[in-house]
Amino acid sequence: MVNNLLKYSLIFVVAVLLQVLVLNRILIFRMISPYFYLIFLLLLPYDTPRALLISLGFVLGLSIDAFTNTLGVHTAVCVLIGFIRPGILNKISTRETRESVSAPRISTMSVNWFIGYTAIFVTIHHLLLFMLEAFTFQGILFTLARAVLSGILSVALIVISQFLFFRK
Amino acid sequence: MRNLFRLILRYHYIFLFVFLEVFSLSLVVSYNNYQQAKFLTSSNGISGYFFENFAGIFQVFDLKKANTELAEENAQLRTALQHYQLRSSNNSLQSIQAERNPLITMTRDSLNKIVYFFTTARVINNSVNQRHNFLTLNKGRYQGVKTNMGVVSAGRVVGLVTDVGDNYCSVISILNERWKLSAKIKRNDFFGSLSWNGQNYRKVQLNEIPYHVPVENGDTVVTTGFSSSFPEGLEIGIVTDYSIGSGSNFYKIDVQLAVDFRSIVQVALVENRQIKEINKLESLNNDGK
Repeated sequence: MVNNLLKYSLIFVVAVLLQVLVLNRILIFRMISPYFYLIFLLLLPYDTPRALLISLGFVLGLSIDAFTNTLGVHTAVCVLIGFIRPGILNKISTRETRESVSAPRISTMSVNWFIGYTAIFVTIHHLLLFMLEAFTFQGILFTLARAVLSGILSVALIVISQFLFFRK
Repeated sequence: MRNLFRLILRYHYIFLFVFLEVFSLSLVVSYNNYQQAKFLTSSNGISGYFFENFAGIFQVFDLKKANTELAEENAQLRTALQHYQLRSSNNSLQSIQAERNPLITMTRDSLNKIVYFFTTARVINNSVNQRHNFLTLNKGRYQGVKTNMGVVSAGRVVGLVTDVGDNYCSVISILNERWKLSAKIKRNDFFGSLSWNGQNYRKVQLNEIPYHVPVENGDTVVTTGFSSSFPEGLEIGIVTDYSIGSGSNFYKIDVQLAVDFRSIVQVALVENRQIKEINKLESLNNDGK
């Protein structure tokens, strides 16, 4: 329990700092900028209580917002991600895996499964985030293009980080 | 009653979700006007600390030091030069200097008092990758920074201080869809409003210039004196493209920014020493309505 608390606190801090100090400086082709910090919500154990997931989404979003002056944008999206995660996980994994394995990892699930799992959440997160950030339907195609292309990069970063840091 | 409690207990996470979601969305809506929301910005101590310590990794140490000293010196020289010019009775010399540096003539009032003061600050955080970009500077309330001070880099417009912490301040950048700045074409003094469409971080758009005004590629766009935050005539950029929007009486003008926002390290804060008088006068006008 304490072990988990330390581990996930560390993931939280590293994800937030990596995002705001390094990744927020990235802008490729004038439109692609990755949002890697979502990895924290993706890696939480299967049996995380729903209320805790939502609260952690809130804290995560608020931390990012405080650094980027986008108050509310990341918070709103992360709260939603925390809310829908259990439902989607129930759809894409079996009860047996959820009971035998503690948390979604590339090492315990297949690579394809993990990519699909990441892609689902990153897609939802990025589409909502970029629309909410733009806060207008003007130039919607540009906004969608930004969301999709940035999403591809984010999924790649999250999956690569799995190979680098969470390999057993 | 017991059933109600059971219902709340069973679906507590849904209530929590709705509450937090409504809360954060209301933050988004209220924050859409950058002047209203003054809560949890990047000028807070924690993010300022991280930004300040991390900025150094990107800015090579010696370069940074040299840069600071140069900019500091620059600001002092600018102020000193104004004093010097006030005493100088040689008009021709004055006009030659004015031609070289528009800052110098624009910063005085008719009584020859110095209106605008410059102090330097270091950019510790900056982004160009969002629709609403901000900078964080390493000076705050304790160093005399106030909201609505202008921010310039080498005499070119960067942004406006929106929020001041104890030791840091947040600056809304030109690259922010929520900020509009009045600007004019230097050649013929026609003014319009400058804003960013969120697409290319090198180009902003000048709107509301009527169709009959002669515009050419290469025209310089400068600040007007309408905002008390900037002296008149500061360079913003150069016209690179213009067209007439369909069904519109106004040009759509693309302006290439003079400042490259990806490489700003050192900026100057502009303080208007007459801001109190201006505000007092303007509030009188508003009361009269």
